[in-house]
Amino acid sequence: MSYSVTEPSSRQKWVSGTLVIAYALITMLPLLWIIATGFKSSSDSIAYPPKVVFEPTVEGYVNVFTAQTRLSGEKLNEPVDDLPWYEQLVREKGNTIVGQSRFSERFMNSVIIGFGSTFFAIVLGTAAAYAFSRFKVPLKDDLLFFILSTRMMPPIAVAIPIFLMFRNLGLNDTHAGMILLYTAINLSLAVWLINGFIDEIPIEYEEAALIDGYTRFQAFYKVVLPQAATGIASTAIFCLIFAWNEYALAVLLTSGTAQTAPPFIPTIIGVGGQDWPAVAAAATIFLVPVMVFTILLRKHLLSGITFGAVRK
Amino acid sequence: MAQIKINNLRKDFGSFNAVKSSTFTIEDGEFFMLLGPSGCGKTTTLRMMAGLELPSSGEILIDGVDVSMKPASQRDIAFVFQMFALYPHMNVRNNISYPLKSQGMPRKQIAIKVAEIADVLGINDILDKPVGGLSGGDRQRVALGRAIVRDPKAFFMDEPLGALDAEFREHMSEELRALHDRLNATTVYVTHDQLEAMQMGDKIVVMNHGVVEQFGVPQQIYDWPATKFVAQFIGSPAMNLLDFNGKIEAGASSTDMNGISVKIPTSRETLQGNLSLGVRPEHVHFSDSAPFRGRVVASEYLGTTRIVTLATPQGDIKVRTSSSTHMDIDETIGLEFDARTLTVFDADRGHALLSEANEGVLNRG
Repeated sequence: MSYSVTEPSSRQKWVSGTLVIAYALITMLPLLWIIATGFKSSSDSIAYPPKVVFEPTVEGYVNVFTAQTRLSGEKLNEPVDDLPWYEQLVREKGNTIVGQSRFSERFMNSVIIGFGSTFFAIVLGTAAAYAFSRFKVPLKDDLLFFILSTRMMPPIAVAIPIFLMFRNLGLNDTHAGMILLYTAINLSLAVWLINGFIDEIPIEYEEAALIDGYTRFQAFYKVVLPQAATGIASTAIFCLIFAWNEYALAVLLTSGTAQTAPPFIPTIIGVGGQDWPAVAAAATIFLVPVMVFTILLRKHLLSGITFGAVRK
Repeated sequence: MAQIKINNLRKDFGSFNAVKSSTFTIEDGEFFMLLGPSGCGKTTTLRMMAGLELPSSGEILIDGVDVSMKPASQRDIAFVFQMFALYPHMNVRNNISYPLKSQGMPRKQIAIKVAEIADVLGINDILDKPVGGLSGGDRQRVALGRAIVRDPKAFFMDEPLGALDAEFREHMSEELRALHDRLNATTVYVTHDQLEAMQMGDKIVVMNHGVVEQFGVPQQIYDWPATKFVAQFIGSPAMNLLDFNGKIEAGASSTDMNGISVKIPTSRETLQGNLSLGVRPEHVHFSDSAPFRGRVVASEYLGTTRIVTLATPQGDIKVRTSSSTHMDIDETIGLEFDARTLTVFDADRGHALLSEANEGVLNRG
């Protein structure tokens, strides 16, 4: 049979479309389940057989953000006017809100540490990659390999030494410590990816800018950066996803002030029974920033991954 | 506009010597060609002049000022790259105005200047297009526009027509030459195409293996090559070189080539040993009575002329003759040389011997 480069037939399109949709459904299903569970009541969430149709409630979300305590019988029956809707919701279960939970605080930690480490990994990675790509660096290939080799073992393998180092340096459970750690882990990836992207940019563009009267730095940031933007954006997504989702090191190195959301979310389970809707709600909120970030940079991500595969 | 002087310029890349001690002068307003095969150091020389490479030693003087160690941005020159290197993230207008922005020229003035240049190059209608979709010729024009927009001291061009197809190259080379004549700007142009160099250049430097082989106006270089390399690199077909062992004496106007006496321009040098007689294909004539004979091995019809290849005791020789001449393969015929046009080379060292004909024009750089 000979191959043709003509349009696929409608049958081929139908088959490939079905496969893509099936794959999307399979990968999306757990996600949809989590989102749905976040809006279920406690009893619905553990119902068997599982409920697909249910009466939605924001109880889980209220539980995630609040600290509650049980009300005694007589207090519960005291008529109180003008209760806010969330207080009413909680009172139906015999509880009252006594304050905020620590979830928003942990969530902010994730934002600070995730975006902070991504920022530093990208800035340092771009600078290093540019130098590797454009200047005569002695032992260039060995250095690049060395940088990559830091990625060859799982980061958790060095968790104990890092824990001891951090304890001695006073970096345990600090934002600075976690940013430093994630930056270090992501940096090798950033250098390698961005180096590849900058290598693809012909050096003539910078030379043209140099001749047009710009300094080397101006040529870098006015001519090279705009063209590497695609690659840098996709690298940033990879870095953020790693730092955002990282669990094992966060469990080990943070417990309070700098604790990120991943180690915090499981602790919700223990508070007053297994509150699955609250866990699911927290997980849903946790998903949002990376999702937004990825959707915003989606165009770059796609062209970034296929960069160099097509004629410039 | 400016005069450019190159003094003992040298460039090493590690242990590789790319340019060996070149010296030549480019006069104000000249269209100057750096010609040579690939890897001969012509682009390296140009890049040193532009400030994209720093010389290992030697001087580059633009208008009498030594710029050899200055960065490109301070030399006030323009460079047209082989692949044009238009900024891909900008449209045509921004590409052309980019050098002016670096000078901090007011926006209004930039607009006037760009419009002026667009008129000169005939690219008014594409000013707001992205450079990505432009044709080769238009890219070339935009690259030229970016170069001429700020009236630099000199233009450097690195094989700017190399990326165009043959048909269009012809047209662009005329356009380039016309542009040069209008602006009268000092232009240094790198090419490996000897025809292009002859056609466009006021002066040519021929380089090989990092060495300047010869330096002069196209006709001098064609008629009086200073080395065997130049003799064979310039001209299509190349100059014939007939190797023989013999003797040339100062003051002599003939030499003995394996028993056949050949008249040559009166020699100024004496040399005995391996010699090469250089003769252009158009300076060989057929003559039944001539003692130097060759056997026809090929005959190519080229429209206006015919190139006949003959086997002789001194090797193959190509003759340019009128296309109406008919030659049979394997026919043997006598060959005569136009004595005033001959050059004798020292076959071992490769350079031309001085004679009354070439002594005034030989510039070995």
